[in-house]
Amino acid sequence: MNRRFRIGPSLVTLAAILYFFVPLYAAFQFSLQMKRGELSLAAYGSVFQDGVFINALTFSILASAAAILFGALLVVPTAYWVRLRLPKLRPVVEFISLLPLIIPSVVLVFGQIRMFGSSSILPLTTSDWGTNLLLVIGYVVLSLPYMFRAVDNGMAAIDIATLTEAAESLGASRARIVFTIIFPNIRAAVVSGAFLTFSICLGEFAIASLLNRSAFGPYMVQLGQDRAYEPAALAIMSFALTWVLMGLMQAFANMKPGQGLFRLPFQKKSPRP
Amino acid sequence: MPYLSFTFIFLIAPVSYLVIGAFQSPDGRFTFDNMAGLANPQIAASYWLSIRLSFASALIGTVTGLLLAHALILGGMPVWIRRALTTFSGVASNFAGVPLAFAFIATLGRLGLVTVTMKDLLGINIYGMGFSLFSFWGLAITYLYFQMPLMLLVITPAIEGLKKEWREAAESLGASDSQYWRLVGAPVLAPSVLGCFLLLFANAFGTLATVIALTGSNFSVVPILLFQQIRGNVLYNPNLGYALALGMILIMSVSNFLYLFLRQRAERWQK
Repeated sequence: MNRRFRIGPSLVTLAAILYFFVPLYAAFQFSLQMKRGELSLAAYGSVFQDGVFINALTFSILASAAAILFGALLVVPTAYWVRLRLPKLRPVVEFISLLPLIIPSVVLVFGQIRMFGSSSILPLTTSDWGTNLLLVIGYVVLSLPYMFRAVDNGMAAIDIATLTEAAESLGASRARIVFTIIFPNIRAAVVSGAFLTFSICLGEFAIASLLNRSAFGPYMVQLGQDRAYEPAALAIMSFALTWVLMGLMQAFANMKPGQGLFRLPFQKKSPRP
Repeated sequence: MPYLSFTFIFLIAPVSYLVIGAFQSPDGRFTFDNMAGLANPQIAASYWLSIRLSFASALIGTVTGLLLAHALILGGMPVWIRRALTTFSGVASNFAGVPLAFAFIATLGRLGLVTVTMKDLLGINIYGMGFSLFSFWGLAITYLYFQMPLMLLVITPAIEGLKKEWREAAESLGASDSQYWRLVGAPVLAPSVLGCFLLLFANAFGTLATVIALTGSNFSVVPILLFQQIRGNVLYNPNLGYALALGMILIMSVSNFLYLFLRQRAERWQK
């Protein structure tokens, strides 16, 4: 392929860069204009001073963290067992894990509200903790496709059959194998899936809103209706956060099995004596 | 197995509940009335709006994403630009929802940067010309912010799979640039491009948060109508709501399965 300058591709690239850049710049500039006639960070300050913001954000962080924990506990043993003992079940498990990509979250939560509503066998939506639980469950389901793929890729990179045999011959129980042998070896993959889950769940709107949870997504929509400058500040902050989360996800996804968690991927391992 | 029971209880059963409900009358008997009810003007209009919007946004996303991918991979752009835009696309394709809407309000809203700049510098009042961010084309432009990056990411392997030898072979036989694209490039890429278009279509069809943050609930695409139905039974018939949900699942499944099918076909060339 020749590397001479070509006008068409350059124009296309430039247009794309402009299209990507302008909304971010516009939001940033808008977010600085809260005080008339001067540029200030007042909009950011106003966001952080709002007690509702802190509560909503804390709630969503907790819900996302719970979903990550729950999701990992569900997916890791499953992916392990399917790879090791039940390869025949693999298409089924994989297909189920992809279903949330086909079923929109608004449909999912609709089904759950009807299924676990006040007149059902398991009336989760009648109590506060039950509804919170349902929200976390919804997030676990939403993140299944990403979590399963991340964990499964992680398992493909290590030799689980040999590790399991070695552990079994030393007398380790099944739970012990999963938690002390397999899990540490794929933790980079799990963490990578966790960051993606986090970025999906933190600002999630449909499920949180329909379950009447005062989470971050519904808070943002409300803020957008009430205020002018704060939403722009939020847009900038969440773009930055998405960037950080995606970067961390990439970094962890590219890690080798067993590599230290807080070692950056570009650092060389120190030579062992 | 915990995984199977969990997904059965919290994913498959609730969805099946809706699917079964879609074929039941309020007193529990089997009926096709609900599915036929989807033809009522309000619901049909909502589906038609969703389909048009998803189609338009997927089409623009496919074309622009394809152009960008072509420019970056085959157009001789420096590697760092390509890498930067690919990384950015990974972020932008996940930057949907409420914050995206906010960024576009600051850009193309009534007081948005682009709106104001066009008015002040060029004397063009885009709102005076009938444009509104909170309408069909405004939404389509906003969706493009996650559609184009997604297209770039999913089509890149296919474009990279166009082998240099094919082009050389075509050129040595005397083919022009357009002949190469028409007779070799396009037929090889076609299944991938069509597949990606369907993926983008489904992606747009399921979008809810961006629409709500931009338009409140005034713009009644199917997810919004369903959202309102769950909130307040606006259709005055719960079972009609189930049918609405089933219709959404069907459209999403068809486009996703066709996408997977076309991707498999396309992979023949990538061995």
